[in-house]
Amino acid sequence: MTDAERKPPLWNSAVILAVLAAICTALVALTYRTTAPRIAANAQAYLEQSLAPVLAGLSYDGKLSESTIIIPPPHELPGNEPVSVYRVFADRKPVAALFVVSAQDGFVGPIKLLIGISASGSITGVRVLEHRETPGLGDLIDSSRSDWILQFSGASLSSPEPSRWAIRRDGGDFDQLTGASITPRAVVKAIRDTLLYFDAHRDAVFATTDSEQADTGQETH
Amino acid sequence: MNTITDSLRSGLWTDNPGLVQLLGLCPLLAVTSTFVNGLGLGIATLAVLVFSNALVSATRRFIRSEIRIPMYVLIISSLVTCIELIFLAWFPALGRSLGIFIPLIVTNCAIVARAEVFASRNTVFASTVDGLTMGAGFALLLCAIGAFREIIGHGSILARLDMLFGGKVLPGLTLLDGGFLLAILPPGAFISLALFVAGKNELDRRRLQRIQDQRRAT
Repeated sequence: MTDAERKPPLWNSAVILAVLAAICTALVALTYRTTAPRIAANAQAYLEQSLAPVLAGLSYDGKLSESTIIIPPPHELPGNEPVSVYRVFADRKPVAALFVVSAQDGFVGPIKLLIGISASGSITGVRVLEHRETPGLGDLIDSSRSDWILQFSGASLSSPEPSRWAIRRDGGDFDQLTGASITPRAVVKAIRDTLLYFDAHRDAVFATTDSEQADTGQETH
Repeated sequence: MNTITDSLRSGLWTDNPGLVQLLGLCPLLAVTSTFVNGLGLGIATLAVLVFSNALVSATRRFIRSEIRIPMYVLIISSLVTCIELIFLAWFPALGRSLGIFIPLIVTNCAIVARAEVFASRNTVFASTVDGLTMGAGFALLLCAIGAFREIIGHGSILARLDMLFGGKVLPGLTLLDGGFLLAILPPGAFISLALFVAGKNELDRRRLQRIQDQRRAT
């Protein structure tokens, strides 16, 4: 055995690694191209499916994902992240706005909520999208675990009035959960704050973008 | 044929990656709160293990000791990325339920351990069989712990199998009314695994005892 055979040059390793990297990248690229359309369709279907419960059966124009606006921080909404708002129009008139907000004061980390508010300012429905609350206690806010979250449907800033937007233990009008008070308190507060924001910024939320205004102009003449 | 039965016995029992080697415990403990989660991650890990063993074995002539770890990392991480995309495309609900634990298969040391210990020294066929049996051993353990924790924690079994097979939302079979919360919390995962390991050791001890008794009798 010669020295060259026993100890191949360093570039040999580099070439092997480069070839392997090329093969692996090709494999991932191929899988990505095959799956990308299905993954996009799944994401769209999941979005429509998860927004449906807070729409209370309202009919609307087009795709909800196309009328989304994002409200950047700082804003008076719960949490300090950008908030997505899915605006619902029927015959180009505002029907409802769906807010995705994070309640910051949950028991374990933020609670991501989907809050539907009709154009007249009453709740069309609320659902918990993500949370890490204690299983069996705080997780009863999830609609798959209990009906607690359904009590908000139909509520607004006039029924009950803002000072009564709290759980019963705190002198408010909303049911609490046995063994958990921090979690429901955080959810009630987040919904109230979102309603207050909507009340103050209703026109800005539904304001159409320039391209849509151009569209409307063409329709009405 | 002998190698297959040997490999089967070693993967499922004597060298089970979870029960005996105690490898890949992070996903094992984190996702086994229900049977369907365990089954889903079990299948994903099994697939990665089979393909990574086959690929490492096929390229073992080019593997040089100084670059073997980067090569394993490349192969395993590409495979895991592919599996994740496949899950998101065809089993979106399960993909969402397992979340970060699919990408984290990369860090399952059972996979790099099989690449280093077995696949880099054996034929493609033997390595594929090894991947299958080791993966099956890991997947079965995930299913068993998942089922155990689901029965005790939720009082039901086989809930949400639709995430894997499609169709309507399946609530599963309800065995008990309510459940013992601890089982689905993280401590429940450790306690369940400990019970399984203890059970296996006890079975082994009894078998050994029986063999010794027989020897003494003759």
